[in-house]
Amino acid sequence: MDRRTTIKWVLAASAAWPLLEVRTGTVPVPATPGYGTDPRLTRDYRPGELWPLTFTPGQRRLAAALADLIIPADPRSPAASAVGVVDFIDEWVSAPYPRSRRDRSVVLEGLAWLDAESSRRFGREFAALAATEQTRICDDICAPARAAAAHRAAARFFARFRDLTAGAFYSTGAGRKDLGYIGNVPLTHFDGPPAALLAKLNLS
Amino acid sequence: MPFVTADSQRDSYDVIVVGSGAAGGQSAYTLAMEGAKVLMLEAGRHYDPATETPMFKTPDQAPLAGTSTPDKPFGFYDATIDGGWEVPGEPYVRASEDDAGRFEWWRARMLGGRTNHWGRIALRYGPYDFKPHTRDGLGLDWPVGYPDIAPYYDKVELLIGVYGSNAGLENTPDSPAGCLLPPPRPLVSDLLIAQRARRLGIPAIPGHRAVLTRALDAHVNPARLHPHNATARRILAADMRSRAACLWATPCGRGCSIRANYQSTTVHLPPALASGNLDITTDAMVYEVTLGRDGRASGVSFVDRSTRRQRQARARVVILAASACESVRLLMNSRSVAFPQGLANSSGRLGRYLMDTVGSSVSGQVPLLESLPPLNEDAADGMQLYTPWWLYREQRAGKLGFARGYHVEFGGGKRMPGHGTGAELEWLTGGSYGARFKEDVRRYYGSFVNFDGRGEMIPNEQSYCEIDPQVKDKWGIPVLRFHWGWSQHERRQAAHMQKTFVDIIGAMGGRTREPAQTDGAKAIAPGGSIIHEVGGAVMGAAARSSVTNAWCQTWDVPNLFVTDGAVFASNADKNPTLTIMALAWRAADHILERMRRREL
Repeated sequence: MDRRTTIKWVLAASAAWPLLEVRTGTVPVPATPGYGTDPRLTRDYRPGELWPLTFTPGQRRLAAALADLIIPADPRSPAASAVGVVDFIDEWVSAPYPRSRRDRSVVLEGLAWLDAESSRRFGREFAALAATEQTRICDDICAPARAAAAHRAAARFFARFRDLTAGAFYSTGAGRKDLGYIGNVPLTHFDGPPAALLAKLNLS
Repeated sequence: MPFVTADSQRDSYDVIVVGSGAAGGQSAYTLAMEGAKVLMLEAGRHYDPATETPMFKTPDQAPLAGTSTPDKPFGFYDATIDGGWEVPGEPYVRASEDDAGRFEWWRARMLGGRTNHWGRIALRYGPYDFKPHTRDGLGLDWPVGYPDIAPYYDKVELLIGVYGSNAGLENTPDSPAGCLLPPPRPLVSDLLIAQRARRLGIPAIPGHRAVLTRALDAHVNPARLHPHNATARRILAADMRSRAACLWATPCGRGCSIRANYQSTTVHLPPALASGNLDITTDAMVYEVTLGRDGRASGVSFVDRSTRRQRQARARVVILAASACESVRLLMNSRSVAFPQGLANSSGRLGRYLMDTVGSSVSGQVPLLESLPPLNEDAADGMQLYTPWWLYREQRAGKLGFARGYHVEFGGGKRMPGHGTGAELEWLTGGSYGARFKEDVRRYYGSFVNFDGRGEMIPNEQSYCEIDPQVKDKWGIPVLRFHWGWSQHERRQAAHMQKTFVDIIGAMGGRTREPAQTDGAKAIAPGGSIIHEVGGAVMGAAARSSVTNAWCQTWDVPNLFVTDGAVFASNADKNPTLTIMALAWRAADHILERMRRREL
């Protein structure tokens, strides 16, 4: 399904948005096997290698715009799309496992809704909006607990997309560095936390 | 010598060991080191931790950031091969699918079995744990007591390497000098949990895990383990010298290529193979114990998975160490005219008294742990400290409403970020995104603590397994059907866990997303999900009410032994693996002695 068709479909179905929750499987699911119960663990894997990816160029552009709105570049680390987050989300929604299949509908339909909403409010697709315009849409859907009834399904999509974006970003070297993670290196001995820190926390 | 096929096996062995995990590994080690000719049969494939362990791999190198999938339930990098709660082509049946009556059966089809991925938590049972019925009138007593098993706990600790300390607490045994390795330093979160728990009267002491916090003493330990056997001492010393100490990184559940923690494949099997007395055949799915005309076991029948042909192996003694339920299944499928209800089942107790551990968890967020400076907190990969059961007096006085205890596995810290990092923070952030979201993730990273309760389940009449009359696995072997039920003791215990954990988090100034679950039926994890299933061929003092005697020897067939968790008469809160090994070592010693006396 290309993006234009998707937008049409979503606009047609917009009155029925809440159905998205129960009608998983409205987005076609490819029949591919997973990596099996005995994959080789010592080699590296790249998205697209184990099962075909899904995103169209338009969906990639949109996913990148949204991921970078959630995790933008700052002096400490790059933006989400610069470290492969879009590839990861594409791998995720294309995977043949139950959780991915649920997310596939949520993400693809959510992305379509986002472009449809952008077109409705600002006359352009989401990726082409000014940052302030993107923010106006996302402010409506960034907190499921506060979202208006009409935006609840979109808010659930946003929460899931934010989790996937963060999970992908913080799984990378850039993400580990951003958080100051300094483990996963061999040590000859483990000294525990520094005494000064423990004293400061009254844990000496 | 080492790895043989069905075609290259000897005509006959002294002992056949079915299974290669904690029980099989220990049984084979003890027997082979003392000169018995042993054939080990493993249903899964060969596995080499030195070359297959994904040491230091990061989540971005794995599919789906290494998260759990039905193919790899504990995540991509988990050591388990061809395993999980579902194994393709090897079904089992649940008599009930609802939460209260559901039992899930974890298996691993690989050399070393579940020892390759286990949590390495290695707690001794205490004196109370062997005599629960005597103490409170519930469950079953073991035909052995702590003094019988203690010397074998010493041996296992000296062999595999266990860190810990002697805290001198009730029913939480100390180890003799030299048995334990030094415990690792606790993390900031460990110390904060311990400090605040103590304010509530809840102890926190160093954990016990099978991780080498320093190299084992290759001079002293082999001499203590094999005082009268110079060959065994030499082999073991050489092997111990080749095991490295922990390098304080990369999770234990992936296995350990430098052999710094215990798995059967890195600790039991290498010296046993080096003795020249152990043959191992992998891809050998044992389905029946064969009987001779004299009523004694003559060997086993197995499916060679590589050729799909049925094969036989013969020995003077057969040891089942296939994991509790798999050993029970094997006995049940070994029916004959003499044993129409399954082999060694004249008591009718085969399959009965299946137990798992009571599990319940709470996590919380602690402001005091926010925004700490960068710290390497990989440490020993968990359980630097833990809480042993502490309310014996209240329980005796009948104040708790449940009869048995639990211990608490807790932790926190700046673990390697991964797919869950930054996820589901809305309850803390109000739904931030953008620059503020990045700041929020930095702030909250490392500020979460989690508590897992692990409690004793009392054996009951509703929890058992039997052969399903219809379903067979891909080899044509009839499969198990599980029945399951908790009692009030377990449900109330799970609710108590919830309240305790939320109280400790509160005492830390922290918060939880949800209040404590007061409904025990909702607080308790499904049967089998903690993967501590034991029982099914319980040992006892009388042939009419148990399957084996105190030596893991079946009452009905004198040369047939069960050395895995199936023989447990209780399932104390302490994780079963160390006790499985202690019992297996003791049974193997007994077999050796009986073989020397030509009684077997």
